[in-house]
Amino acid sequence: MSKLPKPEELIKDVELHKTPVQHWMDTKVEFKPGKFLFAVDPQVMEDLGRPHLGKWQPYEEKWPLPEDWKERILKAIRQRMERFRSFKLFMDICVRCGACADKCHFFLGTGDPKNMPVLRAELIRSIIKGEFSFFGKLFGRFAGARPLTEDVIKEWYYYFYQCTECRRCSVFCPYGIDTAEVTIIMREILHELGIAVDWTMKPVRFSHFIGNHIGLQPHTIKENIEYLLSDIAEITGINIEVPINRKGAEVLFVTPSADFFAEPGIYTFMGYVLLFHHIGLDYTISTYASEGGNFGYFNTLEFAKKLHSKIYEEAKRLKVKWILGGECGHMWRVWHQYHNTWFGPFDYLEVPKSPITGTVFEHAKSHKVVHICEFTADLIAHGKLKLDPSRNDHLIVTFHDSCNTSRAMGIFEEPRFILRHVCNNFVEMPENTIREKTFCCGSGSGVNADEYMEIRMRGGFPRANAVEYVHKTYGVNTLACICAIDRATLSALMRYWVPSVEVAGLHELVGNALIMEGEKERTTDLRYRPLKGYEEGQ
Amino acid sequence: MWNDLFVSILALIILILVPLVGVGLLGLDYLFGIVIPYLAFTIFIGGLIYRMIYWAKSPQPFKITTTCGQQKSLPWIKHSRLEAPASTWEVGLRMFFEVFLFRSLFRNLRADLVGKRLVYGSAKWLWLGAILFHLGFFIIIIRHLRFFVHPVPDFITLLDEIDGFFQLTVPTLYVSDILILLGLVFLLLRRLVDAKVNYISYASDYFPLLLIIAIVVSGILMRIFTKVDLYAVKELAYGLVTFKPVLPKAEIGVIFYVHLFLVSSLAVYFPFSKLVHMIGIFFSPTRNLPNDNRMVRHVNPWDYPVKYRTYCEWQEEFRDVLEEAGIPIDDDWCKETQKKA
Amino acid sequence: MYNADKVIVGILVLIIFFTTPFWLNYKRVEALPKPERAEKGEKCIEDTAYMRAYHMKLLDEWRNEKVRESKIYYQSSDGRIYLKSLQRTCMECHRSMANFCGRCHAMFAVKPDCWKCHIAPEEVKKWR
Repeated sequence: MSKLPKPEELIKDVELHKTPVQHWMDTKVEFKPGKFLFAVDPQVMEDLGRPHLGKWQPYEEKWPLPEDWKERILKAIRQRMERFRSFKLFMDICVRCGACADKCHFFLGTGDPKNMPVLRAELIRSIIKGEFSFFGKLFGRFAGARPLTEDVIKEWYYYFYQCTECRRCSVFCPYGIDTAEVTIIMREILHELGIAVDWTMKPVRFSHFIGNHIGLQPHTIKENIEYLLSDIAEITGINIEVPINRKGAEVLFVTPSADFFAEPGIYTFMGYVLLFHHIGLDYTISTYASEGGNFGYFNTLEFAKKLHSKIYEEAKRLKVKWILGGECGHMWRVWHQYHNTWFGPFDYLEVPKSPITGTVFEHAKSHKVVHICEFTADLIAHGKLKLDPSRNDHLIVTFHDSCNTSRAMGIFEEPRFILRHVCNNFVEMPENTIREKTFCCGSGSGVNADEYMEIRMRGGFPRANAVEYVHKTYGVNTLACICAIDRATLSALMRYWVPSVEVAGLHELVGNALIMEGEKERTTDLRYRPLKGYEEGQ
Repeated sequence: MWNDLFVSILALIILILVPLVGVGLLGLDYLFGIVIPYLAFTIFIGGLIYRMIYWAKSPQPFKITTTCGQQKSLPWIKHSRLEAPASTWEVGLRMFFEVFLFRSLFRNLRADLVGKRLVYGSAKWLWLGAILFHLGFFIIIIRHLRFFVHPVPDFITLLDEIDGFFQLTVPTLYVSDILILLGLVFLLLRRLVDAKVNYISYASDYFPLLLIIAIVVSGILMRIFTKVDLYAVKELAYGLVTFKPVLPKAEIGVIFYVHLFLVSSLAVYFPFSKLVHMIGIFFSPTRNLPNDNRMVRHVNPWDYPVKYRTYCEWQEEFRDVLEEAGIPIDDDWCKETQKKA
Repeated sequence: MYNADKVIVGILVLIIFFTTPFWLNYKRVEALPKPERAEKGEKCIEDTAYMRAYHMKLLDEWRNEKVRESKIYYQSSDGRIYLKSLQRTCMECHRSMANFCGRCHAMFAVKPDCWKCHIAPEEVKKWR
């Protein structure tokens, strides 16, 4: 791994209002350390029955493309055009008005014009014009057309993994052109040749064969949970059990597997468990469907469907009534916008109804899946939770809207409602960096690999910058979020840009605030940090 | 890129020369007055219909609404009907604001890096330029109905009066003409001056702007400076739309043919260029679909079953550790699913 | 074709919109009215083509020069001298505001200001 420059050095080369003299079609990709992702290990592709290029790395001058690579790519493009109206349309209607240009966090952090969403889409639009259109071939560059070459493939690999599918551009586009859709399809097309990223494919293999992206075996999950439960017992004096693979439970709870084992996700998990115990929810988790997140989605939609099929077999097997989903961004993009199409109709489930408040979740009447924030907000609104927000008084919290739950779901008020009830110090980041205009953590869509640190820190710069602002202005020390990838990547981002800010899942704060029946006096939060008034020496 | 601008100017000059030579020198009035306009109109309509069918041939497999506001969820949370529409009616409203008022463009921001700090400011100029141009174009098209319809309906007379309200010249200069020119010149200058937009501009971006500017300018010239015989113009235009095309006996003036030929060129160019965004916006799946994914199932016509690792395969692999950890084993389910298979 | 119902409605709307003139003219197609020929006089002050295109400019100039600069005579391009007067020169030969001026102006939704101050020959007749 290359050494990452210091924060004050990193963005010195960023120019937002200057562009190269050279035509963008003449600039070639350079694979410099810290700025590209390693290619997939061929064994991973073998195991999953996918084509691959053998052992190679992107920085190699000559990529070992198969003989018929061009035909295969063109065929793949044609097929995607036939299958996706979105893609076909987005290739036709862009007027290059440039409204999206400075909306992309990667552009803001690198100044690389090919990170302007418009130009990212031009990387493929130009090929469709140059290879399929008569006029494109005739007028060439003047019509924005160019032929497909090996350099183009390199460019695709570089830039379609320098898009985190956050959809911020799509908010500002007058035609709603969604670069995430283009990126998803382009990654699929690269997959046709076996070009993929190691960091996003290994989790796919683990999720497929074992059930979750880190490859936790069922007994390990159980052990981890027990370890967390013993922490809970120590902090609160309450002994809790977490039902695993229990048949006949009312609710199947699925959450990203990072919540089982990785900081700070584990604290969020402790929050969930405390909440469920507090209200006496009849639920189970599953070690078979132990991954709510979906690394398949960062590769191909087919993988995405494959991996999440398990959740519904498990729901059927365990005969649950409905499914509750934990905090996660892209997981909820896939759940909300794809699941009902892939796995519906769900006649074996029932319309979700909160057993505590009796609220029927009408908005999930067909899919029968509820977001934990919707569930908890409903509980709080009905006064079913005993909360002591002062237990979060040692925290000054701001809230990061995850890209996917914001722009692909519209869940803005629920988490804020919860936050206002579980903590006393909540401030918003600047208006243009939150809600539908929120900035990506810079490492979404499976690019949170260590070897990619420079690009990640650059891509996360706009988000970090907004956090830094509230940190300096209001003394914010906690960045709350409802996304497992955020919990991992924002932590790294904060360490780099705003070191004194920690990242927390929303339900960790809920867990801190919940007054459990029969609990002992709490002196620390779920991370063993002293509560306000219990600091050492007092 | 300057090359692209020069090529567009060259293309425009050729398009202006064609009718100058064709009508001015060769006297091909019939070709330029009747044949080409009919042909252009047919290609325009036919081309747009072709585009629509071309797009419609591909399904929209997933409901990928871009939500820019609060979803409809719990009844006590205020739902943003416009930004996260949940019903057809709300989608219609969202589309109306997109199509007629460019709502998404109105959100536009400008990002600047001041030292180490990113700052965002409002940036409505693009929206203003775009709306001036599009609205101006729309009014001008409606206003042109007076050449095609007889007797002239009252609403056009009214529109004409409002548009000519300032009575600055004789005949009056239309407000819409000024606005569209302002809009167009702004959009063109923006492409030349703004480094980012300049970097992404092709000849196919400059050309339509220049073409439309030329159309507007030739129209204004014809109205105020080098005037033409309007009676003859109406004879021709009315003849065309009533399918009794005649060339007027009186000479119209070659500038009219330039105007007409440029309009015909635009019509032909339209369906095969980025200008199809006029129709495309209605097809945009991030805007024209409701955010009701969990309420109403969206069907993907090419959906296919995928092979995944079933519970039983998984249980077989981990049977030992499951048993050891005391996690329940479920052989009934495996029997049941095997029977079904 | 997918979403055929909506797309077909869209196509129809497109066709109807761009054939608006056809619908507005529907079942009322008639010959365009011709302005009435002059009742007397052999030729206009300038040739017909020029007059058709530029009469409003000419009248505008006349008004400005006559009212503001007291230049009351106009020399035509063939050298004849005329009084700059809408009522006493133009309307001397073209004796009907409605049938000469009005017919064309109605065809183009033009409403000139002339008759806000000037009195049309038809009106004059009524008062005699």
